[in-house]
Amino acid sequence: MTDATVSQAAPKRQPNPVLTAFRRNRFSWVGIGLLTLIILLAVFAPLVSPFDPLKQNILHRLSPPSAQFWLGTDSYGRDVLSRLLYGARISLSIGFFSVLVAMVVGSAFGILAGYIGGVFDQIVMGIVDVMLSFPTLLLGLMVAAMLGASFENLIIAIAITETAPFARVARAPTIAVKRREFVEAGRSLGFSPSLIMGVHILPNILSDIVVVASLWMASAIRTEASLAFIGLGVRPPTATWGGMIREGFENILSAWWLVVFPSLAILLTVLALNILGDALRDAIDPKTRSAQ
Amino acid sequence: MIGYAIRRLALAIPTLIAMLTMVFVLVRLVPGDAAVAMLGDRASNAALQALRTQLGLDQPIGVQYLHFLTDMLTGNFGRSMVSGRTVLEEVALVLPYTLELTAAAMLIGTLLGIPLGVIAAVRRDQWPDYVSRILSLVGLSFPGFVSAILMLLAFAVWLHWLPVMSRATNDPIDHLRNLLLPALNLGLIMTAYIARVTRSSMLDVMGEDYIRTARAKGVRPRSLILRHALGNALIPIVTVVGLYFGTLIGNSVLTEIVFTRPGLGKLILGALQSRDYTMLQGLMVVFATFVIIVNTVTDLIYALVDPRVGLAQ
Repeated sequence: MTDATVSQAAPKRQPNPVLTAFRRNRFSWVGIGLLTLIILLAVFAPLVSPFDPLKQNILHRLSPPSAQFWLGTDSYGRDVLSRLLYGARISLSIGFFSVLVAMVVGSAFGILAGYIGGVFDQIVMGIVDVMLSFPTLLLGLMVAAMLGASFENLIIAIAITETAPFARVARAPTIAVKRREFVEAGRSLGFSPSLIMGVHILPNILSDIVVVASLWMASAIRTEASLAFIGLGVRPPTATWGGMIREGFENILSAWWLVVFPSLAILLTVLALNILGDALRDAIDPKTRSAQ
Repeated sequence: MIGYAIRRLALAIPTLIAMLTMVFVLVRLVPGDAAVAMLGDRASNAALQALRTQLGLDQPIGVQYLHFLTDMLTGNFGRSMVSGRTVLEEVALVLPYTLELTAAAMLIGTLLGIPLGVIAAVRRDQWPDYVSRILSLVGLSFPGFVSAILMLLAFAVWLHWLPVMSRATNDPIDHLRNLLLPALNLGLIMTAYIARVTRSSMLDVMGEDYIRTARAKGVRPRSLILRHALGNALIPIVTVVGLYFGTLIGNSVLTEIVFTRPGLGKLILGALQSRDYTMLQGLMVVFATFVIIVNTVTDLIYALVDPRVGLAQ
């Protein structure tokens, strides 16, 4: 009896390829560990920050790293470490929400284009190609400059730059899945297109989308920092990593810590996301999976 | 091949028009309108109205759109609100600096990236592969301006090897010294990218049957890798280098700002700070047109190196 249930269940649930690959690729744990640490520090910033990130202290202007101020202070005497921890909240949340918006909108259009096909497909993919012909950073810069830089507008600006890749990634597997028997079966049973797309197609292409999401979140964080560096970030005095580098750049000859620590913060966060994205891609791509 | 080239060139035209449409829409995203954004909230109604007339904002949207399209397609990108020069004049003034920088970066990127990728693929899962992959990953994670600032700090501020700021100079040696750090910054990021693509492309090719045949025939390893494998592995690399151009332009804008180099970056920053929307809109069109041209040329080169493309169409 038990044997029969097992053999029935077996073809349904194979061992999760993502988990298997993560178990084999030890390097990916570096990425996961690093990212978890950064997220925890951002979430608990009010608890772990030694100082108020906005508190100015004229007596301690531009002091180098010391026992009191681990990463030094800026030109207003604000603690760099505390600003770094609060800045993580801005970078991570703008990165996360912009990719979320881009993922939902982009994948929806990609799935629709792949499923419906024909003229609609051509129009959507035409727009996608055009959007891809704008350099990401310049498109973000343009939209942010037009809308005015604020937390919400930055999410919109960065989401606009990243919607097109998701549409492209969602479309190709939709076309492949559309031709499979179980979708044909669903259609012949009279399921509505939205049911077929939501229940049959989406779960099958989700893994591809998630890989792209982690890699594009890395890109989103880079774009946010770059925009903040040229003055299109969340308004000061709010601490953002790109904004901290912008302010520190004015004192680069005398106060290296103002640019070095925020730079490392951005680099480590983007690196962690890239490692994670790579590991996910290796896990999902059958070619590299079998090779390991 | 010629038929394919014509079809590919024809495809660039709707792309161009769609791009212009998108810029048109983007510019109209400005809350209020461009006149208010440029002159500020406290501008007098008369001044606002005058600027609206000057920009054509008082006309129906359809008319504005047609005007915009005909202007752009005839190369009339508008005039800077600040300097009074046309956008094309402004671009032409600084374009040589940006082209010099991106060309130097592409040179560094391909000269370092391809060998690094080949070595990583040949020594797969050995230490040269790991080193090359980790370096690529770190290089790809750097936002262009962060690596630029760190290099500036290391080589100019701490070691005093190179100037902190680029100065206008007629001396060719000084000129190269000014170019070195910015070009290295962009070039190394590009190296990371190319090394990665070369590695995976080489690995794909090395698994093909004809490579096994060549090896069995006794082709020497050096010739096998460089002639038989790399020759074919280069095909996707050409495309990727072409597609990278957009990113390179974006990175060069920030690099120019960090190194205070004249170029398109400074032009954009200036337009941004003086809220010169005509200039921003014109620059956006110029940049996107560049990318469309490069993408088209890339596809044509691709067809040239890979005869199968032309035949399949």
